Amino acid sequence: MAMLQSMFEIVRDNWLLLLVGQYPNGPLGGISATIILSVLGIALAFPLSVLMALAALSPWRALRWPVTAIVYVTRGVPLLLIILWVYFVLPVLIGQSVPAFTTMLVTLVGYEAAFLSEIVRAGIQALPKGQTDAARALGHSHLGAMRYVILPQALFNMIPSILSQFVSTVKETTLGYIINVPELTFAAGQINNRLLTKPFEVYFILAISYYVVCWSLTLVISVVERRIAARRTSSLTAAASALPATPASASGT
Amino acid sequence: MKGFDLMAVLLNPEFSRMLVHGVKMTFIIFIGSWLLAMSLGMVLVAVRMLPSRIADGLVAIYVSYHRNVPTLVQLMLWYFGISSLLPDSMQMWLSDHNGESVFAIIALGLCQAAYFSEDQRSGLRGVPAGQWEAARALGHSYLGAMAYILLPQAIRNAMPALVNHTVSLFKNSSLAMAIGVAELTHAVKEVENQSFRPFETYLIATLVYLVCSLLLMWLGHTLEQRSRMAGAA
Repeated sequence: MAMLQSMFEIVRDNWLLLLVGQYPNGPLGGISATIILSVLGIALAFPLSVLMALAALSPWRALRWPVTAIVYVTRGVPLLLIILWVYFVLPVLIGQSVPAFTTMLVTLVGYEAAFLSEIVRAGIQALPKGQTDAARALGHSHLGAMRYVILPQALFNMIPSILSQFVSTVKETTLGYIINVPELTFAAGQINNRLLTKPFEVYFILAISYYVVCWSLTLVISVVERRIAARRTSSLTAAASALPATPASASGT
Repeated sequence: MKGFDLMAVLLNPEFSRMLVHGVKMTFIIFIGSWLLAMSLGMVLVAVRMLPSRIADGLVAIYVSYHRNVPTLVQLMLWYFGISSLLPDSMQMWLSDHNGESVFAIIALGLCQAAYFSEDQRSGLRGVPAGQWEAARALGHSYLGAMAYILLPQAIRNAMPALVNHTVSLFKNSSLAMAIGVAELTHAVKEVENQSFRPFETYLIATLVYLVCSLLLMWLGHTLEQRSRMAGAA
């Protein structure tokens, strides 16, 4: 009980730090920085991942091989090591020092793009082959078929997987702690350094905060998933019930 | 900046000793937490199959907690938080005996057990119910049907997911550096600080991680192929 009480006191005294970091007087931090980092990370990684997936599925070997190599390297090397790489290489490349937040964002975009591209690729390959054949038969080019026929369907079916990749990204932003990105874990570290005597309480609050964020996102995903599944089956059954009428309507149009 | 020279890092006795020790610690953490995760994962699946809704709910909470809280936070909670609740004598003993590695193995193992148990459970659910009924009808006991009919098929179903999560456990072992375990990523930071050769040191670590991960993926793929029955889809 005493522990619960001191946890309430820690939250009461530090809720602003946990929420926005030292914002008006310093960089934005806390949960807001975590969320912004993840949203930007996924939003910027997504277009990149579509390009990578298209390259991986393209008929040109010169495009396929580099992407496959990038995906394998990203899957085989810990994110922490990639952060260290970017932390060291990025300032050398652009010739000036880079804030920790940007370093982390660049890392996340690259890392997530590789994972998302695998999701996009799987989504495209999961569509019936007949879709491509039909689009090509109707006179679309390879890229035109992708753009107007395959991608719109594949991306719609992929929404749940992309969202769950977003949850992983929220969890991965914690690694920014290693290079002092001012996000939620960093804020908890600051609180712990100030209090010194209550590590369990501080880190338990931290765990609960992440749990609440990720768990509510998971709930959203399952709702979205159900809606998409409902829409797909309803369009399937609609098509099936419309089947006897198809020849007539086809001749009509 | 100095010119690229891999040997300046590899041939330096101090640096190479630190890196080799780092690789060794990475493997200790990985294997220790893998064994813990695999065995605990099986126990969790078994508990979930008990006809008790309380047991089922408790395991569901366990899995949900470990999947929704970042692994790094779980490590910190164990190392900074839970260790501070232990009696003083035990804390002293742990700090004398590489307590950070023990906590890293516990935290990573408990976290991965949640993933492994879900993999195994969905593998088990993928076996058609008729297999169970047929096994019992042919006179197998409960355990016999489990051991000879159900589990071999369940493991086959669960293999791809288990391999993926094994690779991610191997990569997650690098998080242990945050609580001061002298594993490979930690050693890399140390060597880089002393040698001022970040490029060479990171390259070595990247190659080690990459080769090990690819070997794990290949091993998993081979096991998958070999366990596949002739004629099965």
